[in-house]
Amino acid sequence: MIAVIDYRAGNLTSVVKALNYLGAHEIVVTQDPAVVLRASKAVLPGVGHFQSTTLLQELGLTDAIRQAVTKGTWFLGICVGLQWLFEGSTEAQDIAGLGQFGGVCERFPASFEGENLKSPHVGWNSLEGVKANSRLLRGVVDGGFVYYTHSWRAPLIQATAAVTRYGGTFTAAVEQDNIMGVQFHPEKSGAVGLQVLKNFVEL
Amino acid sequence: MLTKRIIACLDVRGGRVVKGVQFVDIVDAGDPAELAHRHAAGGADEIVLLDITATHEGRGTLLDTVKRTAAGLFVPFTVGGGIRSAEDAAAVFHAGADKVSINSSAIARPELIGEIGGSFGAQAVIVAIDARRTEGGSPIEDAEVYVSGGRKATGLRVLDWTREAEERGAGEILLTSMDTDGMRSGFDCELTAMVSAAVQIPVIASGGAGTAAHFAEVFGRGRADAALAASIFHFGVTDSRQLKTELQKVHVGVRLPC
Repeated sequence: MIAVIDYRAGNLTSVVKALNYLGAHEIVVTQDPAVVLRASKAVLPGVGHFQSTTLLQELGLTDAIRQAVTKGTWFLGICVGLQWLFEGSTEAQDIAGLGQFGGVCERFPASFEGENLKSPHVGWNSLEGVKANSRLLRGVVDGGFVYYTHSWRAPLIQATAAVTRYGGTFTAAVEQDNIMGVQFHPEKSGAVGLQVLKNFVEL
Repeated sequence: MLTKRIIACLDVRGGRVVKGVQFVDIVDAGDPAELAHRHAAGGADEIVLLDITATHEGRGTLLDTVKRTAAGLFVPFTVGGGIRSAEDAAAVFHAGADKVSINSSAIARPELIGEIGGSFGAQAVIVAIDARRTEGGSPIEDAEVYVSGGRKATGLRVLDWTREAEERGAGEILLTSMDTDGMRSGFDCELTAMVSAAVQIPVIASGGAGTAAHFAEVFGRGRADAALAASIFHFGVTDSRQLKTELQKVHVGVRLPC
């Protein structure tokens, strides 16, 4: 069973639709920690503000996710869902992330290399430095385009599985054993995005 | 590299795609869901569906159209027309839209921008602005906002309203020049450049696409982040893939292969 975690951060319709399209069995949209603990896979979608992740703590989902990933449940964070895997974000300084990965998510700078930098970063940008051994990005090549919409970005870490360039380089995907995340929206990224979700569904 | 987006627009009336010239002369161009899928397969980076004669009675038809269009569509999908409240927006999101485009309703009640953004994120709110240059004075700086499909002047300056929309939490601006719309003679690059420079959020240029060169101009001189086209595609002039191939030749960064 795949638990799609609903913490009232935006719209889950697209993610669920894509998982269904890929033939995933038993997709359950849930706010229940017990369901997360029973699931073989969990997806944490999310667009919008880092602040909305407070609900995860309030509903007991943070502990459930921590327990689940410790026992090997496959986990995929999308957009804010990826950022939440880090220690936190300057978008909501008083809210802790899961802290699975070190570092804090920061806002894009107002300018980069002397040029004004628009924010949010919206649109199709390319993946670079795709790690050859990444299970999540199997079949995805450097230069493959994915759809982004975000103003905060995660730092580069050991577990970074691919990067994207915009106002410098940021983490496009992370992967450490069963714990994975993507800053882009695979459910909106055409064939490349569907490949990523298919890889996750087939784990 | 962040690429320039080509957005295919479907103007829908009574559940059918239509395309007018300068907001009149409506021609039937087909089924929205079928056309949306054809555009996505043809390499469009996003799909926008605008219900141009949205009425209260027509909401059911629209939601059904949105649902059918969203099924099997895996690129960003925006819906506009007749969204007057956060509840209207929620219904459209639940039917499968990723973003909503609001126009007259945001001018009537600017708080709507923040209300929708509060529930679904700023990235989900596009504020659409129909603009017309003024005669005399500073035609571009003083360009005016129109509503009701371009029939009614609001007295608002495009520049002021764009800045307010951004402050209130719009995720993107969809700027349509009514002077160039449907003419296939090129975008209003001067107007687009002015608006794009005035805000941090992305600006989608609309109105006037006729050739690949027009797109290259609006991405260059017009400083647009994305450009919207409708009639250029509907009648088989070209598809997004062909258009992008042309743009790549003149060094515009686009999503290829797509």
